[in-house]
Amino acid sequence: MRKIALLTALIFLLKTAAAQTIISGIVKDNKIPINGATIAIKDSYDGATTDSTGKFSFKTTEKGNQILVISAIGYKTFEQKLDLNGTSQQMTIVLKEEINEMRAVVITAGAFEASDRKRTTVLNSIDIVTTASANADITGAIKTLPGSQQVGEQEGLFVRGGTAAETKIFIDGTLVNNFFYTSEPNIATRGRFSPFIFKGTVFSAGGYSALYGQALSSALILESIDLPDQSSANLGVSFIGGSAGFQKLAKKKNASWGVSYGYTNVYLAFKILETKPDYFKIPEYHTGDANFRIKTSKTGFLKYYGYFSHNKVGIRTTSIDTLGYKDAFQLKNLNMYHNLSWKENLGAKWKFNAGVSYTNNKDDINGSNQDINNTDVILSGLEYKNFLLDANGNYFNAKGVFERRFRGLSAVRFGTEFNYSDDKGEYTLYNGQKYPISINEKLYSGFAETDIYLTNDVAAKLGVRTEHSQTLDKFNVAPRISLAYKVGREGQASVAYGIFYQNPEKKYLPSPNELNFAKATHYIAQYQKVTSQITFRTEIFYKKYQDLLKTAGTNNNQQIAASNSGHGYAQGFEVFWRDRKTIKNFDYWISYSYLDTKRDFLNYPSEIQPNYATKHTANLVMKKFVSGLKTQFNANYVFATGRPYYNIRYDDINKKYAIYDQGTTVPYNSLSFSVNYLPNVFKQGASKFSVFVFSITNVLASKQVYGYTYSYNGLRKEPIVPPTKTFIYLGAFFSFGVDRTQDVINSNL
Amino acid sequence: MKKIILTVTLIAGTIALFAQSEKYKSTMKEKIAVLDTTRDVASLKDLSAAFERIGDAEKTQWLPYYYAALAQLNAGNFIYVSNVSNPSELKNLDALADKAEQMITKAEALNKDNSEIYAAKKMIASLRMMVDPMNRYMTYGEQAQQALETARKLNPENPRIYLLEGQDKFFTPEQYGGSKTEAKKLFEEALRKYQSFKPASELDPNWGRSTVQYFLSQIKS
Repeated sequence: MRKIALLTALIFLLKTAAAQTIISGIVKDNKIPINGATIAIKDSYDGATTDSTGKFSFKTTEKGNQILVISAIGYKTFEQKLDLNGTSQQMTIVLKEEINEMRAVVITAGAFEASDRKRTTVLNSIDIVTTASANADITGAIKTLPGSQQVGEQEGLFVRGGTAAETKIFIDGTLVNNFFYTSEPNIATRGRFSPFIFKGTVFSAGGYSALYGQALSSALILESIDLPDQSSANLGVSFIGGSAGFQKLAKKKNASWGVSYGYTNVYLAFKILETKPDYFKIPEYHTGDANFRIKTSKTGFLKYYGYFSHNKVGIRTTSIDTLGYKDAFQLKNLNMYHNLSWKENLGAKWKFNAGVSYTNNKDDINGSNQDINNTDVILSGLEYKNFLLDANGNYFNAKGVFERRFRGLSAVRFGTEFNYSDDKGEYTLYNGQKYPISINEKLYSGFAETDIYLTNDVAAKLGVRTEHSQTLDKFNVAPRISLAYKVGREGQASVAYGIFYQNPEKKYLPSPNELNFAKATHYIAQYQKVTSQITFRTEIFYKKYQDLLKTAGTNNNQQIAASNSGHGYAQGFEVFWRDRKTIKNFDYWISYSYLDTKRDFLNYPSEIQPNYATKHTANLVMKKFVSGLKTQFNANYVFATGRPYYNIRYDDINKKYAIYDQGTTVPYNSLSFSVNYLPNVFKQGASKFSVFVFSITNVLASKQVYGYTYSYNGLRKEPIVPPTKTFIYLGAFFSFGVDRTQDVINSNL
Repeated sequence: MKKIILTVTLIAGTIALFAQSEKYKSTMKEKIAVLDTTRDVASLKDLSAAFERIGDAEKTQWLPYYYAALAQLNAGNFIYVSNVSNPSELKNLDALADKAEQMITKAEALNKDNSEIYAAKKMIASLRMMVDPMNRYMTYGEQAQQALETARKLNPENPRIYLLEGQDKFFTPEQYGGSKTEAKKLFEEALRKYQSFKPASELDPNWGRSTVQYFLSQIKS
């Protein structure tokens, strides 16, 4: 028995008298020591963490073959084999970086992303709604960012020297053919869609991805919202109309559907404010939309959005061409838009995204001269002013994209796109002669793109896009390249190069001559710094235009496409600064754009600065939330230097277009205010949420001149001014069943 | 001889096993006591790593991972308290919250539906919110509420639920729904729960009583 006890004691002693080994060393990342890395012997309690010099040291009683595990956040875990026998060990360990979305550089040259999730967010959806001068119009808010010109008499985005037709808008990947309401001459209409149906906005002022095409200047890429958090009913009321709608979320939270309807009639507004043109048919809009969203599988999602709208307007202005008479313009429009998109994972590494959209747009337009009694008359020499246009357009777009993800954030994507448009119509002249219109186009595109993340500090995006147009009977190949790299701790720099092609605008077709794509080549360089306090971005660009459309006049005083011998350039730089933190509850941003552009296109006699472009544009946007008053105050001040205006007429003697008169308008100034009052904002769990909105655009009633129209003989000119000097809006919005307090606090504070 | 070797091996084996679980208990007890009293951020980070090593070595115990998370959370709170007027320092809290979340996920894998784990999840969400309350109130404020409610459902007698709730009411400004009187009621309830609370083992969470008493002393009726 004693032997057993002795042996046991010996074994016990042996275990407790184990030799201690000292393990020490340094953990580095190439050259820099890593602070806070953890070192542990696998399956043992022993280990340590590194200090600020990357050094560590600890004692262990483990023996023999062991594995040392070293890990640190942002790096790949490293294992080292050890043989512990009592002698101290010293080591130098180098860890490899792990490519991680939160720390990787993001390719941003040319693009502003406004979504709630990405780090490069500049505006979120509530920002768009609360920007004072925007009146809840998406492009109105985009105009406060650098790159956009302040063109007030025409809808659309005029970006970096390009016309509004050179910017295309996409919803869930597919093109939107009629994003704006049909326009009246010299009056800008707004976008059809409410900003609340979108969760993300990317405004690319140049150098956009190979997945998009047919836009010489820029792309506005919108993403619609997914499932709502809760079922809700909404009611909106203002002195220009009302809206109602509801969204129902299924009990299993895997599907939702909703409808809404709105009616707008600006009668009251125009009675209070004086309008320059005589609105004999007050603008009236009926709009409705419907949607459903279904989670088709764990990783699949199907979204549908449908929209319809009917609107009419009639305006009368004093004729500039002849005394005592008026120009009248009436339009009726019926528009229907459907968008269906689907995304799904195919296996572990592949993703598939598809979208289709269909639009039917009917325009009924009537132009005429009228006498003092508002009766239609036909004036000699001005017969072309009397016309009827009945247009019916059907447009179909489809796109499919396959994406394969690789380790880190690298990816490859490729796909194809099809755009179909069929414009039919009838143009009736003053004498009853009818001209049929039939313009049909099929555009087939293919594209491929790759994102390459070499490390967290360097990323590249390479793409190529090819298009074939049936009407032009031509095809193009366009490369797109951009690179981004980290500069310092919070900054990054990007460069981008790309070629962009676009078909000639439909309104100048059909043409008796053979035509080609217009071409723009972009070179962009950008630097940005984003800290928790401020966002700072500066960008410099050069664009070369080739094969721009040149037009010739017809007997009906219209322009038709003649050739692609136009050319031009645009260059400039932009600065953006946003600060949300320095002053409590106060958010402001400043954007400045410098643009130097000249082009020879349409009926321009030579390369001149186009009438929609000006050298300097600056925006100051301010928002302040006063929690005691539960109110948010917003202000926006815009300044732009004067725009050039020209009287370009056909010189019959020399058989070419010439400039008979030109000048520069007065600089543009506009100060706008808006106030949002949220009475239930802090009552958590309140089942009713309301916001009252009051806004005034052009508070100081500054004189705003966008340009000049000339009489047919060039002897008289009239300034083009907004229909009302200032516009006032007052409305209330109620939401039942969902607590939007968090939404509002998140965006306002 | 064979019998002797067998017996010795058996005894040695039992001693080894006994030594092992004794090692676990005594190491944990010692480190939990250190955790209760340490206020130094660097020491807390080391302590968290030490708990993590214990968890990795033991493989079946949730408590080491729970305390590893708690050590990160305590470090985060001390950094917050000393940097409230220097908001640019607060962005480091995200890294601590990430580590705490990594640890609590491991704890949860070993012990689902545990009230203490959900209370810790609430603390993680609150820590993240502290980095940028104005912009993060929506996501993390909501997450913290839900975690606390789950903790309450799993064990309404857990005193730490009332401590955390009381702290929320105490620190939230009045116009955003805070109230010192309501906080006082919650702290008093917490104290009552602490009186009657019996942890499942001597290593199970039992912290916070002194914190409640400190807060009560701060609220002058």
